[in-house]
Amino acid sequence: MSDPTPDLTRTTAADLAAALAAGETTSVALTQAHLDRIAAVDGSVDAGVHAFLHVDTEGALAAAVASDERRAAGAPLHALDGVPVAVKDVLATTGLPTTCGSKILEGWIPPYDATVVRRLKDAGLPILGKTNMDEFAMGSSTEHSAYGPTRNPWDLERIPGGSGGGSAAAVAAFEAPLALGTDTGGSIRQPGAVTGTVGVKPTYGGVSRYGLVAMANSLDQVGPVTRTVLDAALLHELIGGHDPLDSTSVDQPVPGLVEAARQGATGDLSGLRVGVITELQGEGYQAGVLARFHESLELLTAAGAEVVEVSCPSFVHALATYYLVMPCEASSNLAKFDAMRYGLRVLPEGVDAPSAEQVMRATRDAGFGDEVKRRIILGTYALSSGYYDAYYGTAQRVRTLISRDFEAAFGRVDVLVSPTAPTTAFKLGEKLDDPLAMYLNDLATIPANLAGVPGISLPSGLADEDGLPAGFQVLAPAMADDRLYRVGAALEAALHDRWGGPLLDKVPALEGVAR
Amino acid sequence: MPEISRDEVAHLATLARIDLSDAELDHLAPQLSVILESVASISGVAGADVPPTSHPMPLTNVFREDVVVPGLTAEQALAMAPAAEEQRFAVPRILGDEQ
Repeated sequence: MSDPTPDLTRTTAADLAAALAAGETTSVALTQAHLDRIAAVDGSVDAGVHAFLHVDTEGALAAAVASDERRAAGAPLHALDGVPVAVKDVLATTGLPTTCGSKILEGWIPPYDATVVRRLKDAGLPILGKTNMDEFAMGSSTEHSAYGPTRNPWDLERIPGGSGGGSAAAVAAFEAPLALGTDTGGSIRQPGAVTGTVGVKPTYGGVSRYGLVAMANSLDQVGPVTRTVLDAALLHELIGGHDPLDSTSVDQPVPGLVEAARQGATGDLSGLRVGVITELQGEGYQAGVLARFHESLELLTAAGAEVVEVSCPSFVHALATYYLVMPCEASSNLAKFDAMRYGLRVLPEGVDAPSAEQVMRATRDAGFGDEVKRRIILGTYALSSGYYDAYYGTAQRVRTLISRDFEAAFGRVDVLVSPTAPTTAFKLGEKLDDPLAMYLNDLATIPANLAGVPGISLPSGLADEDGLPAGFQVLAPAMADDRLYRVGAALEAALHDRWGGPLLDKVPALEGVAR
Repeated sequence: MPEISRDEVAHLATLARIDLSDAELDHLAPQLSVILESVASISGVAGADVPPTSHPMPLTNVFREDVVVPGLTAEQALAMAPAAEEQRFAVPRILGDEQ
């Protein structure tokens, strides 16, 4: 076995792929290096980052061995063959537990792979393990995981964002160079913002949802979680494209994302029109977040872009619209957890020969956490007869207005921008029992989900008041995901110049935290 | 102004097949009222002439060729079942209460 060196875990996926291609390292060496890093810093529910719910040492190393053998045999390889990846625990993986952060799926091992997981395996990426998340992806802090929260590598007393806090923290803590997340209202982008990582929500239908345990079908998307824009493009190109197993999958070629990232990295944005969304700034946004946002706008201007302000008046209603549409879809999606065919089965206490319905009710009470129950009850209410039009019907009509705002805005500009999240990472426990305060974290990310357009979050720097990362969001029209990568890579290059390197160079050393 | 009473939450929980405890009902009912009051702010925002959007993509009738493809074996399908007998899911009794 090769000697694991710490450098391998701090290298970007693109550079790891190049090192593998040049024969400078092996997949076994870099997979082992990441497994060692996980062992050193991930810890458990009690201490450490706790990004992983399940680490697959044996499976990852076996895949790494197979990758090295393929390479030695001179077989044609995918660019990322041999580069390890972490997968959010909401994506089905054969042979590995898939819990969705819920007790109701504790120990469940799916009989099939999600299409995105199948593509990772076919391309030869060793899967390091499954990452922590808010239960069924419902939350913005990972505190709603039934297995305990993930901690932010920048400050272990703070939230890593959610629902995909595990994937973002794993990448920020150098436990994985790449990860998959899912984004229903911001669950890739908001964790990206508060951990200083890059996260992309692709165009709705651009990446297969087959094998993604649905929260809200019309909003969910799988996407990349990485440390650089180029790495996100590499992973996005691998998982994207039509899938006959997902009837909402778009049957169109994915635009050249890696090419767009490489072109953007040259730093030339001349001719690009950037719209700053009036409604997604100001009140409710932390001063340090706004300061970094405005600096990034100046860098875009310096790169040749034309920056103008664009109003999207319906966006002020996006949060309320989302918190009607999403619970309605979630309450019907989660009806399948009925204790009959898979998952937890709990018998009610003190009942002789309980009926299926009594078992169902006892199981769903024991197996679901508070936030899941809140959303199921809310959805059940909003869909019930007499209220359907007033709530679900109204929300669907406002959703149309939000899509129209995007259409009008994209008639004037090529991309829209805003801060990704209104604040930096807050303390664990601070908003746990105040659902409305928690929901506000998704203020700026939700409009993209409602309209199905793609968005990226990349780090814009550290807020002055607390020294924690802030995120910059770029939104593009549907199927124009390449624009996210062009703008993102250009801004990233300008910011790296300013900082003298990546923002994550400043993340505290974590050795010893896993005790 | 919308308000969900404790009794209503209990009824909704029955519809959603969740046995909420008394403590959970006490805790959830006021939270749901607050959330509902907040989301109700969008009533009247869109006129009746605005068509509803249920989905971001205007897709209808996605078909595939009607060909047989391999599926799960009975063993695979039953592997994670809470209980199985004779190649079938074993479930609690489904008749007897109201029927």
